[in-house]
Formats: sequence, C-alpha cells, structure tokens
Amino acid sequence: MKELTCIVCPRGCHLYIDDNLKVSGNFCKRGETYAIEELTHPSRILTTTMRIENRNSKLVCVKTNKKIPKEKMLDVMNEINNQTAKAPCKIGDTAIENILGLGVDIIFTSEVD
Amino acid sequence: MQDIIIVGGGIIGVMIARKLSQYDLNVLLIEKENDVGNVTSMANSAIIHSGYDPIPGTLKAKLNVLGNKQFDLICKQLDVDFKRIGTITVCLDENDVFKLEALKNRASENNVEAFLLSKEELLKLEPNLSDNVVKGLFCPSGGIIDPFNLCVHCMENACENGVKLHLNEEVINISKDGELFSVVTNKDSYKCKIVINAAGYNADKIASFIEKIDFDIIPRKGEYFVLDHFDDSFLNHVIFTLPTNKGKGVLISKTTSNNYIIGPSSEICLKDDYSCDKLTLDSVKISASKMFKNIPFNQTIRTFAGIRATPSTHDFIIEPAKSDKYFINVAGIESPGLVSSPAIADYVIDNLISPILVLKKKKNYNPNVRKYVHFLKLSLDEQNELIKKDKDFSKIICNCEKVTLGEVKDVLNRYVKPQTIKAIKKRTRAGFGKCQSGFCQANVLDILANYYHVSPLEILYDKNGSNIIYSLTKNNGDKND
Amino acid sequence: MINKDLVIIGGGSAGLAAAIKARQEGIKDILIIEKDGNLGGILNQCIHNGFGLEIFNEELTGPEYAYRFKQIVKDKKIEYLLNTSILSLDKGFFIKYINESGVSICHAKCIIFAGGCYEKNAGAINLMGDRPSGIFTAGCAQKYINIKGYMPAKKVVILGSGDIGLITARRMTLEGANVLAVLEIMPYSNGLNRNIKQCLDDFNIPLYLSYTVKKVIGKSRLEKIIAGKVDENLNFIDGEEIEFDCDTLLLSVGLVPNISILNNLGIEVSSAKGPKVDEIMQTNVSGLFAAGNCVHVHDLVDFVTNEGYLAGFGAALYLKNQLKEDLNIDVVARNNVSYVVPNKIKYSSNKELEFKFRVKKPCKNVDIIIKNNDKIIKKVYKLALLPSQMENIKINTTNSPLKDGMITIDIETRA
Repeated sequence: MKELTCIVCPRGCHLYIDDNLKVSGNFCKRGETYAIEELTHPSRILTTTMRIENRNSKLVCVKTNKKIPKEKMLDVMNEINNQTAKAPCKIGDTAIENILGLGVDIIFTSEVD
Repeated sequence: MQDIIIVGGGIIGVMIARKLSQYDLNVLLIEKENDVGNVTSMANSAIIHSGYDPIPGTLKAKLNVLGNKQFDLICKQLDVDFKRIGTITVCLDENDVFKLEALKNRASENNVEAFLLSKEELLKLEPNLSDNVVKGLFCPSGGIIDPFNLCVHCMENACENGVKLHLNEEVINISKDGELFSVVTNKDSYKCKIVINAAGYNADKIASFIEKIDFDIIPRKGEYFVLDHFDDSFLNHVIFTLPTNKGKGVLISKTTSNNYIIGPSSEICLKDDYSCDKLTLDSVKISASKMFKNIPFNQTIRTFAGIRATPSTHDFIIEPAKSDKYFINVAGIESPGLVSSPAIADYVIDNLISPILVLKKKKNYNPNVRKYVHFLKLSLDEQNELIKKDKDFSKIICNCEKVTLGEVKDVLNRYVKPQTIKAIKKRTRAGFGKCQSGFCQANVLDILANYYHVSPLEILYDKNGSNIIYSLTKNNGDKND
Repeated sequence: MINKDLVIIGGGSAGLAAAIKARQEGIKDILIIEKDGNLGGILNQCIHNGFGLEIFNEELTGPEYAYRFKQIVKDKKIEYLLNTSILSLDKGFFIKYINESGVSICHAKCIIFAGGCYEKNAGAINLMGDRPSGIFTAGCAQKYINIKGYMPAKKVVILGSGDIGLITARRMTLEGANVLAVLEIMPYSNGLNRNIKQCLDDFNIPLYLSYTVKKVIGKSRLEKIIAGKVDENLNFIDGEEIEFDCDTLLLSVGLVPNISILNNLGIEVSSAKGPKVDEIMQTNVSGLFAAGNCVHVHDLVDFVTNEGYLAGFGAALYLKNQLKEDLNIDVVARNNVSYVVPNKIKYSSNKELEFKFRVKKPCKNVDIIIKNNDKIIKKVYKLALLPSQMENIKINTTNSPLKDGMITIDIETRA
C-alpha cells in the first residue's frame, strides 16, 4: 500500500494505492489517473520565464504545454535558459518546439508587444 | 593640505562641518560608512529634549538648553521636519513624586520652562495616559525631529559651502608630523592643522592614535518599536517615564512622519551589536504599557536597536587632547547629543578652534539648502504645476508612504548622494511604511542601478556587503559565485 | 472634477471581475483605477500554474488567468487607468488620484474597493536578531525573480509554510538556489497539500513543523539563522535548535488586507482585518463595496473572482436603486471559527447566501453548524478542516426565511 497527496486540484486528497494500483481516498476520477501516473512515470507542468531577444532584461512567462517527466525538469529549465524568445509574444504561441526531443513544446503564458 | 579634518559624519561631525563652512577654511569630513548619520544618529529616539533632566552645571545641561533654542532656525534653513510638541515626564507612584519635584527644580536651575501637572490636567492633555499616573512634568520646549534628514541636509549645506565629504573611508591612523597631523585612511592620507574627533562610539579608538586616553566610551544599546500610522490623535506629546541611572528611561512618542516610537531599553553591548532581543523588547513593552494605555503593538512595523556612546566621565567630553590642543575630542556624546549638537559645534568653534586658528567669515556663505519637494504637502495646483514640469512627480514609487519618483530623483541629485536602498529610505520614506518595502524595494533597486549606471548586483541595502542580488536569472550560472 | 457612477479601485482579479459583472448588470459609467502598468494585479508575478480550476476547469498560470479577464474588460470597453495611484479617498466618495496627466479628483456615486493585501514582514512578526540584507517577503523575492529577472538568493531558509512560500521555494530551486528548509511555527502546514507535495517533496526540501526563527545573524548580508523548536504554547524549547548557514530568509508568514486608504471613510473592520461587509459585499458605508483579498485573504483566485462578481452585482443594484434593506442580522463567528464573510445580512430578496470562513485550529470529524437565532439552518459534516483552507457554505432561504437577530457559525466535534 502506498500513500500520496493528490496535486491535481487544491483539495489535495490523500490517496491510497494498493499493490494492484487500485486507488482509494480520491474525491474525483482525476485523482485515480494522477496516482497511477505518479507511481509509474511522475510528470509535471513546468512554468518559468525566458529572456527576450534584444529587449535588455525583459522577460516573458512560459510553460510546457504538456507534463514533462519529473526528472527532466532541471534539464528543460537549462534549455529554456539557454534560449531567447522573439517578441512580440502571444499567449499560447510556441516559444520552443519539441524541447529536448520530449515531444513537448514551450509556450508563452504572458504577452509582450 | 586641509585646515581641519573632521573624523565622523554623525550629527556632531556634520553640525561642526556646517558651522565651520561659514569660514574661509579647507575642511574635510571623513566617514567610514556609506552615508552620513548612519550609525547612532540614525537609530535614536529623535527627540529634541528641553533640558530639564541633565545635572545643572554639566556640559550636557548647558549645551542641551543652548542647542534646543537653535532648532527652529536650523530646521527652517535645512528644510527638516521639526515640531515642538512638548514632553511630559510621568510619575506613576505617589512615593516617586519627590523625584519629579527634583526634576522640576533641575529644570529651573537649567532655565527650562517646566510645569508640574496634576492627574486631571495630564489626562486632559493625554487621555490615554495610564490610570496610575499621579503627577507629571510638562516641558513645552521639547520636540520631535526627523534625525535622518537633519544629518543629510546639514552635510549637504556644509558641502554647498565648500566642505569636502569622503564617505566609505575609514581613518586607520593619525600621527603628528611637525606642525601638521597626518591622517591615514584605508584609501589615502591627508595633512591638516586640526583634527576634530567626532567618531561616536569609536572616538576612544581615534583619540588613542594621539595619546593614552583617560576616558572610555561604553556602547549602550537601546531597542525600540516603531508603529505604523493609525490614529493621529492617539498621542500628542512625548511621554517619558522617570529617568533612572541608566538613562532617560522608556518613552513613547509620535515621530515627525506620524509613526509612533516606543523605547529605548538600555543595556551595555558590543560596538557593532544592533540585534534585537525578545526579552529586552518585552520589557520595553511592559514599561511603556505602564504609563500609556492601549498601545497597539500589533501595529508594529519594525523593531530596531541603536547604540549610545556612553562616556565613563558621565558628561560630554569636549576638549583638546592633553598633549595637543590641535587635536579636539568631541566624545561621549550620548543623549541629549542630538539636541546639543548645534551648541556643541558652537562650543568647539568658539572655545577650542578660534583661539588656535584665524577664522574669517566667508562672504558668500548660504545657510539654506535648496528646498526639498514634499509632494504630499503641496496643494493640488502646486502638485499639478510640478507634474507639468516633471512627469517623475506623477509616479508613485512607494504606495504605503506615497513617495514619488521625482522626490527620489531629487535626493539623488544632491551633494550627499544616497548610495543605498536604506539611504533612499531615510531621505524619502520610500519603504518606510507597513509593507516595509515588500512592494517597492525591487523598483528602488532599479532606480539606483540606473542612476549610477551599475549592475543591479552592485546595489547595497545598507552597509558594504549588504548586496541584494547575486546574479541575473537565465545566465546558467555564468554569474553565480 | 470628473464624475463616475462606479469607480473600482484595483485592477486585479477582484476588481476586474467586479467591473465585468457591473457592466453585465447594465452599469455603463465604470472606471477601474490600477496602480501598476498592467491590469491583473499580483497574478502577473504568479507565473506558476494552478489557477482557474473552479472557474475554467483548467489549470492556468497567473498571467494567463489575468489575461482572460483583461480581454473581457477590453472587449466590453470598460474604462481603466493604469499607472495611477490613489492619494486619498474622502467622505462623499471624492477620490484623489495621480498619474502622468497630473493629480485629479473623481467623484463616484459608488465605489468597489479591491486593493488586495500585503505581506507580513520582519517588523510585523518581531523577528529577533540582526538586521542584515537578505530578508525578503516571499512576494518581494517573487517579483525580483519573475518580473525583474534577478536572483536575490543562493542558500535559502523559508519561514512559514503558506502557499506563496512553498511556491517560491520551488521557483528558487528551479532558478538554481539551494532551499535548505521551510520552517513552520505551527504543528501543521499552512499551505495546500498539493503544494507541499509538488514544491517541497519533489525537490527534497525539508519542512520543519513547530520550528521558527529564534535569531537572525549577519552584519551586512544574512549569514545564519538559528531556528528553534516551540512547544504547544509557541514558546521556544531550550536546547532544541538548528543552525542554518544561509544568505536568504524568505518570509511567508501571512497576508493582511491592505485597507489603510479607507481610513477616512469610517469603515468597520472585521476579525479578518478587512472591512465588514454584507451579503452583497457592501461595507457599513453605504455605496462602498469591497471584494477580494482586501476583505479577507483567499487561498484560490477563483474565489476572489467570484467575490468580485458578487460586489459588481451588488454595486449595480445599489446604483439602480434596487436595494431594499429589510433584514438586520449580524453574522457571528464562534468558537473555532476565526472569521466569517459576510458580517451582515440585510436583504431578504437574496435567497442564495454563501458564508466564507476559516477555522482557527485544524480539526477533524466535525459539524459546521449555522444557526439563525438558535435555530439550526444548516449542518454540514466535514472530515477535516484546516486554517489554511477557506470553507464555503451555501444556504438557500427560499423555504425558511431568515429572521432579524443573529446568524452564528459554530464548529462542533463529533463524539
């Protein structure tokens, strides 16, 4: 039996997962999906900032458009830090395609004219 | 070559510098900190005492009373906030009334106006005084002042009149070389005819460069609470407890910025110990609550400690070195040092300098500083006039205290330039409010970096080494370490 | 002087929602006054995700959440002023504000105050020891990192396990800092469980419960923190100390409604430290409404938005003269309830009421009991309640109208 805190929503359910990956303690279906994923291949959305080309120190906010493996977070951070974005930036537009070959894009989450 | 070098840019050093600046002299003031008035002169009760308390006949008594009378003019010339709100010393025990009466007698001997007031009279003046109050001594000439800008504006005026100021420079040795002193600092060395030692609690160290001294300076720490603005009528005067042998005791007062200050404690400490301690502050709380009701300590925005330079002689030490009349010690200036400072400067010049140096008044001496902008105090039309000329006055930098960018830039473009976030705070009140710079510090940091054309990594909070930023993000460690 | 029907002070999540709702309810003449250069308030520096689950059923970052409301405000052509600070707010609703065009006075028929909150700082919690640089509120550090792109820290201790502290711990770790510990004076965390998990556990950052800062050491920059363990009365236990060599102390020790600008108006203040409000977010000053973190500190922005909607709705009723005050009920938080919003019920026409509150101490296996003059009108069982989580209880009064007097909220533990 394993125990987990669900991070899907602010409710933060306390989940119990038995050896057959049967989940209990979850308030909603998403908790079950999370628990199984967390035990088999934990992954997270990464949010950070990125410098903008030729804009001195100006930053734009970005995130991964899908969850990335938890253990890849610092590698992805490094890669984002190595690159610069081109203004103008629109929310949802792609900043970096298929980062580190993970099949995940980095997209803008704030607007810069 | 300098005529006079002043060691120390606290209130004593800057007052002497300003008074000397009316004469045709080469004067240099050397200060080890990155701002004037950044040690004891910054962290005190900010009271202009009336002079009822010092023992008659002492320098403290004489100079306090003489100093007090000068503040209306000085604060007008230097554009510094000052209000004679009067002080009340309260007696909380029938058995102590004789002490209060003794103080009244001292006041008369010192020529200070003072009135013994009954409980009823006191409560009329201060409805929040404790129910235990039996009697009080009211001294109308006592007041409150903005000690930060007093030091800064005083030095600015001295500089405008020709005094040179070296900040970030520490005197490491002084020796006599024939007729002249050789003052060695961590950066340079200078020759001069006269040294004035106004080095605060380091005055013993500076004096010892010249001779073996027979006084000690004992650092004595005082811890305080500062409360936010909450109700301007909560308190109308400075309220003191009866003095003890350790000092004037705990007071509660309004400040010129309508905050409230409560303290100080009084404990012997190390020279650079500015730490606050819960037990000490709790005792301040208890003492203050005994004399004043309903003090809202939950409105505390800051606690701080200041260090007094207590002399072993129990009186100000204002005299030449025993072996050399050209080396003048102004040491042990504990309370009432702030109020005495203009009179101390007069005393030094009239009694100690004028007999040994020809003093000739300058023709073009100007005692006034260029007017400061207090944006909030202007009328609507004046505010709009100013904004029309300079848009920076329309940008509020600090929302708690409503400080404009224009005011920050004004203090940056003066003789005694603020180099740190703290120096901006002292001058303009940006960061002084209830958020304690949580919202505005990052913006003030950028203003300083832009003004001095340096990286934000260089900007200091206060003392050297108090940098705020370690690196830029996204640099992948380039600038880390 | 300018005249406006409705002035909204603060263009953050509460203010934007209020403006949108008031416009939907037919109020044309609206002005939003925002001190920053961008609408959205503090959301703009909260670049992490997790916003919007209640309202949009998806996880957005702060700037994305704010953007959706900014767009609606722009689409609806609601007037707003940026880089505009309020200088004073006087009786009769004269608002003096300042921006590039100068100092202006605006008279409003109705005001919604949505000024947010500020963070408790070292002074407010009487932090003991030296006064070096390197002590920041978490939000201040967040601004340095996320907005300015400056790293103010290498080795960090965080005091307080509130959500902002936890989120900043993760953010600092991702940007290369070493977060040594999070200290929490209470025996339980003040942050959401999910944030403990994804901000601390994911990065192996230890959480020390019942620990707080005993002494700060450092002459210029912070050098060391001495943390001490506290007993159940929050007094230090002798000998139970841990020293951390660190250059940064982040304070995440609570938020306080920022209402000093309302001082001249004579508002009554609740135990949540914000203005007392009725069920449509009107304060005791007729025509002055308030919403969001300036009323009580929320843990989810979605709830702030809803409160903004409610205030916008109320202000519209006020301006349309459709408020008929026919009830006089005080809402009182009792025993383990630290505060409740609203504080007054005045209008029988509102059939749907929502009570928002927090408990003082964590409790388990309890009933939340809402009474109107000793008559139970709602009883809700809860497995557990935490001070860090705001509770909402909705009641519908259609079938049992409320009576003048009191509404009380009690927490009773089940045997």
